[in-house]
Amino acid sequence: MSARPPMYFKNRLYYVLLAAGGLIALAGLYAVYMMEHHGHIITGMNNQIVWGIPHVFAIFLIVAASGVLNVASIGSVFGKAVYKARAPLAGLLSIAMLAGGLTVLMLDLGRPDRIIVAATNYNITSVFAWNIVLYSGMFSLVLVYLWTMMERRMNPWNKPAGFAVFAWRFVLTTGTGLIFAFLTARQAYGSALLPPMFIVLSFAWGLAVFLVAQAALYAWNEKELDPAILQRTKNLLGVFVIGSLYMVTAYHMTNLYFAHLSGFERFILLDGGIYPNLFWWGYFLLGNLLPLALIYWPGQCKPACVLMASLLVMLGAFMLLYVFIIGGQAYPLDIFPGHEVSSSFGDGQIATYHPSLLEFLLGFGGLAIAFIITITGMHVFNFMPHDKPHIAD
Amino acid sequence: MSDIDLHRRTFLKTSLGAAAVAIAPGMLLFDTAHGKPQPASGKVRWGMLIDTTQCKSGCDDCVAACNRENGLSGATGATDSQWIRKVEIKDVSSGRELSLPMMCQHCEHPPCVDVCPTTASFRRADGIVLVDKHRCIGCRYCMMACPYKARSFVHEPLHDQNPDVPRGKGTVEACTLCVHRIDQGLQPACAEACPNQAILFGDLNDTDSEISKKIRSVASVQVRANLGLNTGIRYQGL
Repeated sequence: MSARPPMYFKNRLYYVLLAAGGLIALAGLYAVYMMEHHGHIITGMNNQIVWGIPHVFAIFLIVAASGVLNVASIGSVFGKAVYKARAPLAGLLSIAMLAGGLTVLMLDLGRPDRIIVAATNYNITSVFAWNIVLYSGMFSLVLVYLWTMMERRMNPWNKPAGFAVFAWRFVLTTGTGLIFAFLTARQAYGSALLPPMFIVLSFAWGLAVFLVAQAALYAWNEKELDPAILQRTKNLLGVFVIGSLYMVTAYHMTNLYFAHLSGFERFILLDGGIYPNLFWWGYFLLGNLLPLALIYWPGQCKPACVLMASLLVMLGAFMLLYVFIIGGQAYPLDIFPGHEVSSSFGDGQIATYHPSLLEFLLGFGGLAIAFIITITGMHVFNFMPHDKPHIAD
Repeated sequence: MSDIDLHRRTFLKTSLGAAAVAIAPGMLLFDTAHGKPQPASGKVRWGMLIDTTQCKSGCDDCVAACNRENGLSGATGATDSQWIRKVEIKDVSSGRELSLPMMCQHCEHPPCVDVCPTTASFRRADGIVLVDKHRCIGCRYCMMACPYKARSFVHEPLHDQNPDVPRGKGTVEACTLCVHRIDQGLQPACAEACPNQAILFGDLNDTDSEISKKIRSVASVQVRANLGLNTGIRYQGL
């Protein structure tokens, strides 16, 4: 048994999964080619809904990439052995999701061929430009962090690297939240609550992704996770889900209190068609209540239950981001308060958005890139958590 | 010895001639394009005062002139560019109706310029907010940030462009205040086309300009003045 390398008998399965992931990534590339050739006219995005499905996927991946490092931070910064054993896997997932998310974001640009301009012409006042530094810095820091964990001679540097990653990811998710928080002109955004909201959301989404990846890793290695560890991580997911629900509630409650935003809230929560449906059924019920029920249901916690709860949290994340990003743009800008407005450019009207298949292909392509990096990392290196027989903390 | 010198002279003459032939069309084109050697002056602030009481509902001469001048198709689909649009507004409480043109407001503190990651969105010294089509990467963050929905994204390949107004697929664009006309000493196309002279164009910094005098004498407002952007476009009768 001990002679078996990780993923020993799974070589064939690995190549099948690699091919499947590769095919989806190729489909994403095809979507990019089509969008480049024909322009964004072949997507569902338009001059009113300027950010669409690709941004939902990209922001999920980037936020979860930061949140998954929570597992590493609890280990490296707060010294919990159970989490420290899982820090390498968290680092791998973070790099994989960051790569996938940034690829989607980059390839959705109108002129992705000019991406180098973002480095040669840097606008110091742009939060997008800050994020370019934050993302590349995160990438490098997590690589160094992994190095300090996986190379014995570098072990003494593990703690400082862990602290650096801990600080950096907070700043990074703040930066992601600020992309929207700085949009003062739009009713849906322009709130100082957004950066902390994104940070707490990242905890839940990142841990959910981690638990799914961990379940897969244990299954592929034919090992069983210690029920005590499962119980702890499950409870942590519950706390994070409650925390993120609190932040989302606070965001909507503050909006509801401002009279000039009540129309927008009514649209998102009550009569906006697909958006209230996705919010209540998708995000609230499937993404919060059901996972919480699975997590806190009295009795023995089963791995399948935790896996299901994690998958639901991820599904809810997509629903929330769709409502937040697309619903936020669909509601008309209030350029002339107190007036009924109409024009040929959608003033005063709810904007329509019908995402095209190509946008989904691009988004799934990003997920596939994250998937390929994760399974290849797991295949080549030993990311299996090595738990000590007794939990010290 | 003399043979070699002659060869060299011939070679030099031919080279100079070829260089002149190569450069001349460029110089000619530069002249044709009315390129101005001197930069825009920071002493000037171009702006407009739009008299909404003179703007007629149903009239879209300004929009048509803009489309003609800038080579826009004039189509109004969700993915078509509209640099200027007619907005019909009705006061919910009083029922008062107005019609007015809406375009880039050429803010002193433009949010689009703040958020642009590559400095493609920029404000010229004379107050005109523009997009450098060679730097724009098409991220559309400026469209998210603009409080006036003044910007459009080029969703498909373009044909038959106006050489004075370069545009590009995959980049963002908006009203340039007809910068190419201003640099020739002309007015923006919309101001010239308005049958009721509802659009008054001029230098807001020049106290003796017609626009400055009128802004001093009549009540005018900036749209979404609460955002503190100090727009270059003002509205009268709003």
